[in-house]
Amino acid sequence: MHAYVARRLLSLLPTLVIASLIVFISIRLIPGDVVDLMLSNNDISAEPKSRDQLIAALGLDQPMWKQYLLWVRAIVFHGDLGTSLWQGTSVAEQIGHRLPVTMELGLIALVVSLTMALPIGIYSAMRQDTAGDYAARSFSILLLAVPSFWLGTMVVVFPSIWWGWSPPIDYVGFFANPWQNLQQMVVPGIVLGTSLSAITMRMTRTMMLEVLRQDYIRTAQAKGLSERVIVLRHALRNALIPVVTLIGLQAPLLLGGAVIIEQIFVIPGMGMLLLEAVSQRDYPIVTGVFLIVGVAVLFINLLVDLSYGLLDPKVRTR
Amino acid sequence: MTAATTLPTASPVPVTGGVFAFLRRLVREKPLGAAGGALLLFFLFCGVFADFIAPFGFNDIAPAERLKPPGAAHWFGTDNLGRDLLSRCIYGAQLSVIIGCAAALLATVISAVLGIVSGYFGGKVDLFMQRFVDAWMSFPDLVVLIVVVSVLGPGMPQIIVTLGVLLGIAGSRIVRSAVISVRENTYVHAAQSLGASTPRILWRHVLPNVMPPIIVLFTTRVGTAILAESGLSFLGLGVPPPAPTWGSMLSGSGRTFMFEGPWLALAPGLCLTAVVYATNVFGDALRDLLDPRMRGTR
Repeated sequence: MHAYVARRLLSLLPTLVIASLIVFISIRLIPGDVVDLMLSNNDISAEPKSRDQLIAALGLDQPMWKQYLLWVRAIVFHGDLGTSLWQGTSVAEQIGHRLPVTMELGLIALVVSLTMALPIGIYSAMRQDTAGDYAARSFSILLLAVPSFWLGTMVVVFPSIWWGWSPPIDYVGFFANPWQNLQQMVVPGIVLGTSLSAITMRMTRTMMLEVLRQDYIRTAQAKGLSERVIVLRHALRNALIPVVTLIGLQAPLLLGGAVIIEQIFVIPGMGMLLLEAVSQRDYPIVTGVFLIVGVAVLFINLLVDLSYGLLDPKVRTR
Repeated sequence: MTAATTLPTASPVPVTGGVFAFLRRLVREKPLGAAGGALLLFFLFCGVFADFIAPFGFNDIAPAERLKPPGAAHWFGTDNLGRDLLSRCIYGAQLSVIIGCAAALLATVISAVLGIVSGYFGGKVDLFMQRFVDAWMSFPDLVVLIVVVSVLGPGMPQIIVTLGVLLGIAGSRIVRSAVISVRENTYVHAAQSLGASTPRILWRHVLPNVMPPIIVLFTTRVGTAILAESGLSFLGLGVPPPAPTWGSMLSGSGRTFMFEGPWLALAPGLCLTAVVYATNVFGDALRDLLDPRMRGTR
């Protein structure tokens, strides 16, 4: 298991380097006149900056390769992602405030998505080609097509018209008031999770169908085990491995979806931070959020790969 | 039916009887997929002939008609400026069709080139390219789009190119895996030993045999691109107003009026859902008919 973990960590390194290069280069593609555009935004900043100060703050006065190395060194050794251009606060600190909010939203969405997808997917596989199976499959294909922002919009508009209920918009931290915080986060979490559950539902069904045809399932049935034990202990555990991979693949969808859901439900997470930074052309924050989101996805996938070791003993020895 | 079922399964391209025979097979074996295809054609038609079909212009402001519920004069109702929602949805189809098709086409070409190169050459080229794809796919589409638009400014060309590159790089995985299985076929080895040049092998022998997954990729990418663009427009970073994109109709100033006129929230969302649903079921049906190997993936 240790060798497996070490190998997986090593293979992450080149990917991290390439990811950081993608972030670095795409932000450096800023055409020169963007500095002028930013200067025109100067009025929103506390202390206006000159053109030279801006160029220096963006680090544009150095050669490219040196900029990159300095940038990486600051991040790796000091956790320094730069300073917000207009607010003067550290980007790392801002992200530190916002990241847990988005993670909470993502976690709720993931739980919602799994509690919807697993039972429906399992049911669908066990009753293959019955009316229930068709209903479940049609439902998942339909869910796949409904954009989460439309679902979110309807959740905001219609309950308000029908029952005068609207989701609370004054954000409260989880540790400040867990109950109030959850009241606020659960509805957006359900909206985001519902959109995600469609793919997981389809995958669970496909994998369960495959596993239920295996010899060891027939053996378990021949032994006279109850259907419940067969499904939960023998089939589900084996069917779960590809489903867990899928969760890793969905991490970008989850974070991308969070940008929109946070906007609809006014939740101050990473997505909101990114959109605020984009509207103010605060490039150090844009860069920071871009990088952290990518790195977060890579680490979620690392965790997913490591969890195979727990679910599937064969992986450990491979 | 008999012609379809007795086809040799070794060939991944069972399209032997021409386009019409294939269409007949689609309707008979995959009625839902055929319905999806028909719905797509309908939206394509609306998009192409928007100028002739739409009863009003997309930006005809009529204060007297503001916030009218759906009725005989305005089938989908009107918005806060009295603009006809049906017309705006039809013009929205035009934008969605242009962006969806253009981005999907670009994405498919990129996927094909990257997938064929990475899959055919293998080795170090493949290893490096796959690490790049790994890194690339760790960024959410929407976040990359937001960053690019923040750097280059909003506009249709930027959105099409970014979406094309984004979806193209991600889709190259699917083409690559198809190429890897084609690469070991006898006809490829035969061409190699006859001394055929690499470009010729790729163009004449590999590409035609990975066409089925590429066609399926294109179909599903149209829906993905339309959905991504509408998300961006919803955030106010898409094609700038007054262009009536479905995403922007659900956001911006319209949002405050949805509580007075809930139909504002319905029409654009229904259009989006219908188009994405249609591409999904049509893509699934094409995949099952053209390329049985891909069944259950995606």
